[in-house]
Amino acid sequence: MSRTLNRKGRRHPLSSLVLILVGLFVSGAAYAAVTGTATAADAPVSATQIEDGKKLFASNCASCHGLSAAGSAAGPSLIGSGALSVEFQVGSGRMPMSGSGPQAEKKPVQFTQPEIDAMAAWVASLAPGPGVPEASSLTGGDPSNGAQLFRVNCAMCHNVAGAGGALTEGKWAPHLKNIDPVHVYAAMVTGPQNMPVFSDMNITAEEKNDIIAYLKFLDENPSVGGMDLGSLGPVSEGLFVWIFALGGLVAITIWLSAKSN
Amino acid sequence: MADKKSDVVTSAGSAVSRPDRLQNPGFEPEHKRVHDESPERARGAERGISLLFALSGILSASAFALNFIFPIVPGDLMSTRYNNMFVGLAIAAGLLCLGVGAVHWAKALMHGHELVEERHGTRGGDATRARAVEIFQEANKESGWTRRRLLRNSLIGAFVALPIPAVALFRDLAPAGTPEEKLSHTIWEKGVRLTRDPNGVPIKASDVTIGSAFHVMPENLLEVEEGFLDEKAKAAVLLMRLPLDALNETEDRKSWSYDGIVAYSKICTHVGCPVALYEQQTHNLLCPCHQSQFDVSNQCAVIFGPAARPLPQLPITVDSEGYLVAQSDFLEPVGPSYWERER
Amino acid sequence: MSVATQKKSSTPASTGAGMKFVGGAANYIDERTSISGAVKFLGRKIFPDHWSFMLGEISLYSFVVILLSGTFLTFFYDPSMVEVHYDGSYVPLKGIHMSAAYSSTLNITFDIRGGLLMRQVHHWAALLFVAAIGLHMLRVFFTGAFRKPREINWVIGFVLFILAMAEGFTGYSLPDDLLSGNGLRIIDGMIKAIPGIGTWISYLLFGGEFPGNDVIPRLYVLHIMLLPALVIALIAIHMVLLIINKHTQFAGPGRTNDNVVGSPILPVFAAKAGGFFFLVFGVIMLIASLFTINPIWNYGPYDPSPVSAGTQPDWYIGFADGMLRLMPPGLEFVVNGYTWSLNLLIPIVVLMLFIVIVMIYPFIEAWVTGDKREHHIAERPRNQPTRTAIGAAGVTFYAVLWAGAASDLVATHFRTTIEGVILTLQILLIVGPIAAFWMAKKIALALQRKDRELVLHGYESSRIVRLPGGEYREIHTPLDEFEQWKLVSFDEYAPEQLRPNARGKITIGARMRSSVSRFYFEDRIAPVTTKELESQKH
Repeated sequence: MSRTLNRKGRRHPLSSLVLILVGLFVSGAAYAAVTGTATAADAPVSATQIEDGKKLFASNCASCHGLSAAGSAAGPSLIGSGALSVEFQVGSGRMPMSGSGPQAEKKPVQFTQPEIDAMAAWVASLAPGPGVPEASSLTGGDPSNGAQLFRVNCAMCHNVAGAGGALTEGKWAPHLKNIDPVHVYAAMVTGPQNMPVFSDMNITAEEKNDIIAYLKFLDENPSVGGMDLGSLGPVSEGLFVWIFALGGLVAITIWLSAKSN
Repeated sequence: MADKKSDVVTSAGSAVSRPDRLQNPGFEPEHKRVHDESPERARGAERGISLLFALSGILSASAFALNFIFPIVPGDLMSTRYNNMFVGLAIAAGLLCLGVGAVHWAKALMHGHELVEERHGTRGGDATRARAVEIFQEANKESGWTRRRLLRNSLIGAFVALPIPAVALFRDLAPAGTPEEKLSHTIWEKGVRLTRDPNGVPIKASDVTIGSAFHVMPENLLEVEEGFLDEKAKAAVLLMRLPLDALNETEDRKSWSYDGIVAYSKICTHVGCPVALYEQQTHNLLCPCHQSQFDVSNQCAVIFGPAARPLPQLPITVDSEGYLVAQSDFLEPVGPSYWERER
Repeated sequence: MSVATQKKSSTPASTGAGMKFVGGAANYIDERTSISGAVKFLGRKIFPDHWSFMLGEISLYSFVVILLSGTFLTFFYDPSMVEVHYDGSYVPLKGIHMSAAYSSTLNITFDIRGGLLMRQVHHWAALLFVAAIGLHMLRVFFTGAFRKPREINWVIGFVLFILAMAEGFTGYSLPDDLLSGNGLRIIDGMIKAIPGIGTWISYLLFGGEFPGNDVIPRLYVLHIMLLPALVIALIAIHMVLLIINKHTQFAGPGRTNDNVVGSPILPVFAAKAGGFFFLVFGVIMLIASLFTINPIWNYGPYDPSPVSAGTQPDWYIGFADGMLRLMPPGLEFVVNGYTWSLNLLIPIVVLMLFIVIVMIYPFIEAWVTGDKREHHIAERPRNQPTRTAIGAAGVTFYAVLWAGAASDLVATHFRTTIEGVILTLQILLIVGPIAAFWMAKKIALALQRKDRELVLHGYESSRIVRLPGGEYREIHTPLDEFEQWKLVSFDEYAPEQLRPNARGKITIGARMRSSVSRFYFEDRIAPVTTKELESQKH
């Protein structure tokens, strides 16, 4: 490199890169410092859970459900829906709903468990409603009875293997793989959106345990036949045969009938 | 193309023939393979192919052994999965090695020249056909087939009549009685309680909360010994409760529901699948087979899909203990339409 | 006349103990069966070598795999609808009431060594069997290999396709599970809709009401005896006709309509075909070891009350199920007290019409062209633009119906509504085949034009030269005579002229034929002739 004529001035060739990196770091740090998530460290000063819940509700849910949770044009009343509804909807990430559509979609959970408990406590305080059971009480069910109940009451929407299914006008019944037993219980009891309500007078608490045991069995026991292609039935099997089996064999025939070199 | 075995020239129809078409240039020069030129490469290929065959044999033997290495332990589903996978893979690999070896032997080492076989036209030669015609004429003369018309026609008549007895044999494929008798009735009748499917526990009106869906069978179903599923296939019912302001009922059917609780046949009027998907907010019933949709708030009128008739409604009320009971059988045949349905 | 002496004099020079045994055995058999005649006839028969000629073999070999695996299954399957309690090793079904058929299938799956593998091999092979027949039929169609003298073989092959579908349907109904039971329910609903005799056909088939106690054992007899017997007999006739007519071949140097060029049965074709059998078997076995098919343990025993989301038949019945789904609402009428379920009758009639047209297509085309010559050259699809376009339209029609069967899965997977999917497919069912016809014909004609260009002007060689006047031109490499021949050797047809018959009349039949002929051959590209080629050379 010539020392006589340094046309680039006294700047180091990498200086632009370093400057960009510094700029990114500074702006990123500044952003992180300014916006905080509603962590426990930032929690409201008030001591009781219900107060916390009311505040969280006011800032995250009231725009659709109303400040008193009595509902509005945009969202139904939550009075009487109990702590269990909050645990299900918020705990699965469906609420707060991010956009309008035929159905609330499951997405990453936006709150910590203490925050969810707080909101649940507040909603529960409005009127009597279903409470959240202990996870330990949802064990010990009979998967055989559970499977039979599942086939009669659940499979028509969720598919026999819990792979999910279509409903009218763009709605769907979600898949049931690796769902928290508390949420399975909650969905049956609260009947979220278009799912029917399965109270203990329809499916008893013991029967609900049986259904949960069956779903757990499905989660713990992968299909004996090998990879299950999504448990979607003959459609995926047919596509697989045409694309991979027949496709592979056609490729083999091309090799077979080609002249050897 | 003039047929070689006879003088007949077959019509070419609307095919165009041009006198100045290019002619077939004959065979291309032969294609030499590496293994033809080089004996060491050929020997290498031979060794490779033999190795594949040997490997195939080993794999078949190991598939047998894998049955003992990964046995099926009753109750342990993973053992079944492993057994299926490993034994299957070993067999598959053995087959594939054998196949690849055989094909490679043919492609690389076997005589690579193409051979030619002449075609001779499918029809028999003129002489052959003439002889065939002659044979039939001789047979005709000797038997009198065309001459003795009474003989021939009575024989044909006898053959036509031969299968007639078989028709009677087919009647007992089904029991006595007519199909319409069975199709037009179910085991529901006045006073029969609505019970939960499949355990048969009766349902109280107070059990049915708004937004719930009960899968119902009649309480007398469990007493049926012969034809349990046959009766269930007509008697399956779906029970739902709607808010009263959401329920639109015609005058004659107002007495068929109880306090917003309605019962409808679960058997789709399209081709008979269970219409079981109930959406509690839209009050739609969706059939998963062909996507027929019924509106429960409007007496299950068809709102989408290929079904042509609404689901039949079961008239219900409560008995003295508060259990839901049927008032009568359905007032029309349930399930898919059939020819004699309206008679 | 001693055949033995002839045999002895023809034994090869290297006579070890093995060869002596073989020679002796051959002699023994030949003295009793004349088998040397068969060896002489068949041993060096020529088979042309193109990959697309092996598609029929895929179906033949998968059928053999089906027979082998199926025989194993018959040793353990119980075709009875008698109710039993399950006490095998699959926990979620313990104690459940089910038919003996379902219970024995569970037994095969969970408690018989190799049972699950054989079940999966059998079912995957069945799916492949029908798919391979379909692909093979498409190949035969698009290369015109159904023309004289092979029209009968086309019909036989078509009947085999239908029989294969029937075998598949009866087969997957045998486990008496929820999914296939609902399939039977649907078929029963369709049968009942047939005017006049529908309820009786259903009554006789099911031995009374649906589901009854008789349908599974009856389907079993169809599935393992009557239908396989028909399939085997028709395959045999199909193969015999193939041997008598010899296989078609693509046009090429040295290949004419009067010869077959390729490899002899012994040894090359036998080795390739035999090897291919093991490859097909191996691929099926590979898939069966790794991928679940028909997980009947999830569906549970058949009961008319439950149903699964995503209820579809096996793929080859999809086109019929799709047609049912695509029917618009309200198509049922009561006339004089009798119910006409057009929502079911129209699909039945339209689909029967569709498959009948497929079956008689060779005769339609023969009528249009009036060509009574034998054809042993397989055509390139581009050289028959209208036939190719008709095929494209047919495939599109079938594919839209097939997609219809998966309408709910399409909706969930593409985040859209079932109503939207069904509406789209209803429109595509009409518009799609027309668009496919138009596009395929245009593409075929364009490809033909490109072939003409290649023959007349050669390949673009990517070498550019600059002429003295400053002009840049790309050098084209002319084709050698062998490549040229492949591009010019095709049949050319012109529209049939309308002529009065011997009595001076122009019949309606003749008018129809003339207008269909125009539809077929109005747009055509002629092959390059020597005159044109000469005038190109300067």
